[in-house]
Amino acid sequence: MLDNNDTIAAISTPPGEGGISVIRISGANAFAVADHVFLGRTKLCEAPSHTAHFGKIVDEQGGLVDEVVVVTFRAPGSYTCEDVVEISCHGGYLVTQRVLERSLSAGARLAEPGEFTKRAFLNGRLDLSQAEAVADLIQSQSDAAYRSSVRQLSGELSRKIKGVRDELLNLASLLELELDFSEEDVEFANRKALQTRLEDAIMTVDELLASYSVGRVYREGVRVTIAGKPNAGKSSLLNAILGDNRAIVSEIPGTTRDTISERVSIKGVLFRLTDTAGLRETVDKIEREGVERAKKEAKEADILLLVMDLSEHDYNGTEPLYSELEDVCAREGVKLVRVWNKVDLYRTEAPRVPQNGYIFYVSALHGDGIDSLKNGLFNLVLGENLNESSVVVTNARHRDALSRARKSLGYALETLESGKSGEFVALDLRSGLNALGEITGEITTEDILNNIFSRFCIGK
Amino acid sequence: MNEGKYDIIVIGAGHAGIEAALSAARMDCQVLLMTMDIAAIGRMSCNPAIGGTAKGNLVREIDALGGEMAKIADATGIQFRMLNKSKGPAVWSPRAQNDREAYSVEARRHVESQANLHIMQDMVVQLFTEGGEVAGVETAAGIRIPCKAVVISSGTFLNGVMHTGLKSRIGGRFNEPPAIGLTASLEKLGFVSGRLKTGTPPRVDRRSIDFSQLEEQPGDQDPEPFSFQTLEVTKDQVSCFLTYTNQRTHDMLRTGFDKSPMFTGLIKGIGPRYCPSIEDKIVRFADKGRHQIFLEPEGRDTNVVYVNGFSTSLPAEIQCEAMKTVPGLEHVEMLRPGYAVEYDFFPPHQVKLTLETHLVGGLFFAGQINGTSGYEEAAGQGIVAGINAALRVKGENPFVLSRAEAYIGVLIDDLVNKGTDEPYRMFTSRAEYRLMLRQDNADRRLMKYGRKYGLIPSDVYDSLLEKERYVETLSSYVDAKSVPPAAVNSYLEQVGSAPITENEKLSQLVKRQDVSLSDLLKLEYFRSDSLPMEAAARADVVRQVEIETKYAGYMARQFEEIERFEKFESMQIPDGFDFRRVKSLSTEATEKLNKVKPSSIGQASRISGVSPADISVLMVYLH
Ligand SMILES: Nc1nc2c(ncn2[C@@H]2O[C@H](COP(=O)(O)OP(=O)(O)OP(=O)(O)O)[C@@H](O)[C@H]2O)c(=O)[nH]1
Ligand SMILES: [Mg+2]
Repeated sequence: MLDNNDTIAAISTPPGEGGISVIRISGANAFAVADHVFLGRTKLCEAPSHTAHFGKIVDEQGGLVDEVVVVTFRAPGSYTCEDVVEISCHGGYLVTQRVLERSLSAGARLAEPGEFTKRAFLNGRLDLSQAEAVADLIQSQSDAAYRSSVRQLSGELSRKIKGVRDELLNLASLLELELDFSEEDVEFANRKALQTRLEDAIMTVDELLASYSVGRVYREGVRVTIAGKPNAGKSSLLNAILGDNRAIVSEIPGTTRDTISERVSIKGVLFRLTDTAGLRETVDKIEREGVERAKKEAKEADILLLVMDLSEHDYNGTEPLYSELEDVCAREGVKLVRVWNKVDLYRTEAPRVPQNGYIFYVSALHGDGIDSLKNGLFNLVLGENLNESSVVVTNARHRDALSRARKSLGYALETLESGKSGEFVALDLRSGLNALGEITGEITTEDILNNIFSRFCIGK
Repeated sequence: MNEGKYDIIVIGAGHAGIEAALSAARMDCQVLLMTMDIAAIGRMSCNPAIGGTAKGNLVREIDALGGEMAKIADATGIQFRMLNKSKGPAVWSPRAQNDREAYSVEARRHVESQANLHIMQDMVVQLFTEGGEVAGVETAAGIRIPCKAVVISSGTFLNGVMHTGLKSRIGGRFNEPPAIGLTASLEKLGFVSGRLKTGTPPRVDRRSIDFSQLEEQPGDQDPEPFSFQTLEVTKDQVSCFLTYTNQRTHDMLRTGFDKSPMFTGLIKGIGPRYCPSIEDKIVRFADKGRHQIFLEPEGRDTNVVYVNGFSTSLPAEIQCEAMKTVPGLEHVEMLRPGYAVEYDFFPPHQVKLTLETHLVGGLFFAGQINGTSGYEEAAGQGIVAGINAALRVKGENPFVLSRAEAYIGVLIDDLVNKGTDEPYRMFTSRAEYRLMLRQDNADRRLMKYGRKYGLIPSDVYDSLLEKERYVETLSSYVDAKSVPPAAVNSYLEQVGSAPITENEKLSQLVKRQDVSLSDLLKLEYFRSDSLPMEAAARADVVRQVEIETKYAGYMARQFEEIERFEKFESMQIPDGFDFRRVKSLSTEATEKLNKVKPSSIGQASRISGVSPADISVLMVYLH
C-alpha cells in the first residue's frame, strides 16, 4: 500500500486534447511543491481556497517553461479531500511533461494511474461507480498512449472528425436551404442522396467509436495471463520477457502460489503480464484456490499465454486442463497463444518457427525465441486491430461526444427515412454537429449560414 | 414646448421607432417621436412586403407583445401567402405584399391617434447626458428638449450616402436628406461606429411590362392575417410575376462594372450576403446562367412596380438597358434607378439585452443602428426598446426575451453576443429552438408579456386564456382516447395509411405522416363520442393539439435542450462585474467579456472568443 500522506502529481487531462493540460498536485505538501515551481503575484501558501492565479513555471535556471493558471483547493474542499493545486498549462506534450517534471523534482511523487481517484474514494469523496468512471479517464504512461496522443495533436483525429463534420454541415446546409430559402431559385437536394450521405457519415462515426476499444489497449495496456501446468516454466517465462528476475523460479512444482503482475513495454505498447499458479487438478486447498484464480485471470485477459513443457508436444490438446482453458478463452473472446518451453532440453526435429502467430517455441531459461514471442505479442495486438497510421480514439471525452453524435445522427436518419420535413431532420443533425464540435471546438449556426451563402446564390 | 414634458424621445419614425413610441406611450409615458418628415412615418424604404421566412414569425411575435406591425400589414396587404406550407409547422411563415403608400398612411394614423404620443418634425443633432445618463436632445432648429430616456432608431439615415454608378449623393433614402450630427455626438460620448451598406432595386412602370409571357404568382386562396387580433384580411388580391435574367442581361451589366461604386471601391460599407446586388450575384456565381426576378406591384392604385432581385448600384442607363434584356421587360420604363446606401451603425456589443447602451443610462438603440436589416427585425427591437425605456422611466425591472421563447430573443442575443459585420437578417436556422418558436403559437408564448405591460387589452388576453383551456381539454381527450378499427379504417385507407386491427390510441394515429387530427375529428364516430365539441370546433385549437401531438417526440428532445440552456442562463453574473478580476481567464476572453458584459454564464458562453475552459474558470470564480 502506498503512503497515503505523501504528495503526488500527474497530468490529469488525457493526452492529446489540445488546448489546456492540467497537472494536478495533491497531498500535504501540494502548496509547498507548487510554490517551488510557480512564480506568481502571490505565494500560493497564502492563497485562500478556490482561487485562480496567473503566473509562470520556471526551470532550475529561472527560464520560462510556460505561462500557466494555477487554481488552489484547500482540504477538504478538493477532489481528493487533500490540499490540491491544479496547474493549467498550454497543452502540448513536451511543455506539459516539463511542468510535471518540475513538480516532481520539487518533491512530489508521480501518481499511479487512478491514484487521485483512489484517494478521493478513500477519503469518502466518491462512490465506487463514480471512482471507476473517473479512473477510466486516467491515462497510462505507456509510450504508445503518447504516440497516439501525438498523432491526435498532429491533427489526424481532428482531421477525420472535421471531415465528418464538414459533410454533416453540408447536409445541414442543404436542409436549411430548403427551409430558409424556399423562395429562391436554387436546386434543392434529393432526399435519397441526403440519406446515403448521412449513412456514410454515420459509418465513419461508427468506425471512430470502434477504434476506442483499440484505444483502450493504448491507455490501459494489454492484459496477458501466463498459465500452464506446474513447473512448465511460467515464472521463468515472465522473467525472460521482463528481462528481470521478478518471479521466484524453482524446480519444485507449485512454486507460484499467488498471482504476480508486472508491466512491460514492447515496442511502445504496454503489456500487463500476470503469472499464475500452475494448473492441475489437486486436493491441496491452497493450490486449488490458485487454479481457480488462474482461470479467473484468464477470463479477464486479452491474451492467454499457455506455457507447456515441450515434452508434452506429442499428446498436445488431449489434456482436459487445456481444453478447459480453451473453452474459457473461446467464451470470453480471449486470444490463446501456446508457448512450448524448454526447447533447449529437447533437441528434436519439432518445428521451431511460430505458426499462425499463435504458437511459439522458446527457452525461458536461455532466452531462445523470446524476442520472436515478444514480436508476436505486439503483432497480435496491433496487426489485427489497427495499423500504425490509423486514427484511434483514446480519449473518453472524445468517445462520449462521438457516441452522443452517433445517437443524434441515428435519430436524424430515422426522421429522414420517414419523409418528415427538413427541420425535424435538422434538429438532430444539429445536435450531432454540436457534439462533434465539442471535440473540434467549433460552433454550428454560423457555419451553416456561411456555408449556404458561399455555395448558393441567395437573395432577391 | 413645456420644460420636462417628455419622458422619452424616440428619434426616427420608421418601423422600429413606431413600435418603440407606441409601446412606451401605451405604458403611460409621455413620448416625443422625432422625425425629419412627418409624411415619411412608417415608410417602406425597400420592398413593399412584410414577413417571409422567419420574418413572418417576428411579425407575429411583435403582435403578441402588443405591437402594431401586424395590424398595419393586415390592413394594407394586397397579397397574402403562407410560405413553406408544404413543410412542417415550425417553418411556416406568413408574408404579404403591401400597398406602400397605404402602409405609411395607416402607420401614421396609428401613431397620430395614440394618446401620450407627440410628434415633432426636426432633426436631432446632439444628445445631452448628465452623470452618465440621458438628459435630453438638441435639434437642428436649436431646440433643447429634456427627457429621461432616448430611443435612437435612425435607420439608414445616420450620415447616409447613396450611390448610383459613380454618382454619390448624401441622403438616407431616395430624395430624403441624411441625419448629420448625431453620430459625432455619440462618438464624443465614447461610442464606436461602423459603416454598413444596403441597396434597393429600380422601380418600373407597370404599363411598360409585357405580363403575357410571365409566370404569375397569386396570393393564397384562404389568406391568413398576421395579427392574432385581425379577424379577416382582404380576399381581393394582386398577383406578383416572375421572370429571369439571362446571359445577355449579365453581359450588359458587366459593361458598367468600371462605373460600379462597389467594384471601384467607392463603397466601403459591408453589404448583406443574403441580399446581394445583381452585379454581385453574377460575379460570385458566374456559372449561374440566370437569376430570378419578382415583379412586385407597389400598390393597388399605382403603376410603380418593384423589381425584386435586381438590387443594383450600377449607372442608371446600364440598369435600364440590362432590364430590357429580361423577358417581359423589353420595353420597360424605369421610374427611378436602384441605388446603394451607406450609413453609420453602432456595433451592437454596445447595447445590453434590453437594448439600453452600456455607456449611457437611458439611451436605447433599435433597428438598423444596431446593424440589422429588415422592417421586421427593426420593429422587433423597437418594441423591446420602447418597453424597456418605459420600464426604466418607471423604475421597474427590465424586459428581456430569451432565445428559447422568441425570435426577438434570438435576434437581440445574437447581436449583443456575436456582433455582426454585415446587416443582420433573421433566418429560422438561427433559432436553435425553432420547433417551439412557431408563428402559430406566438400568442401562447408571448401575449402574457404584452398583457403584463398593458399593451394587450384584457379582452384579447381573455380570449387567449379561453383558447388555452380549449387546447388543454382537447389534448387530454386526444391523449386518453383509444379508437376502434371500425371508426377510422375507412379514413385511414382513404389517406393511404395502414388500417388498424385493434383499438389504437388516438394520439398514435395523429403521429402518422398522412393523418390529420382535424379530419379525424370530423368522422361520425367522434361526433357521437365524448369529444369536447367546443374545443374541436375551433380550427386554431385543433391545430395546436395536432402539432403538439404529432411532433411530441421532437419537441421533448428540444425541451430537454432548453432545460440545459436555461440552467446556464440562470447563473447570473452581477451587473458591472469586472472580468479582469478573474486572473485565470484568457486574455481574449477577458477582453470580449468586458466588451459585451454578459449578464449570465449562458450568455457568456455564446460570446465568440470565450472558450469552454474560460466558462469553467468563471463558474469556479462565481461559485
Ligand atoms: N532447461 C530448461 N529449464 C527450464 C526452462 N524454463 C524453466 N526451466 C526450469 O523449470 C523449473 C520450473 O520453472 P518455473 O519457472 O518455476 O516453473 P513454473 O511454471 O512457474 O512452476 P510453478 O510456479 O511451480 O507452477 C525451474 O527449475 C526452471 O529452471 C527452460 O527453458 N529450459
Ligand atoms: Mg511459478
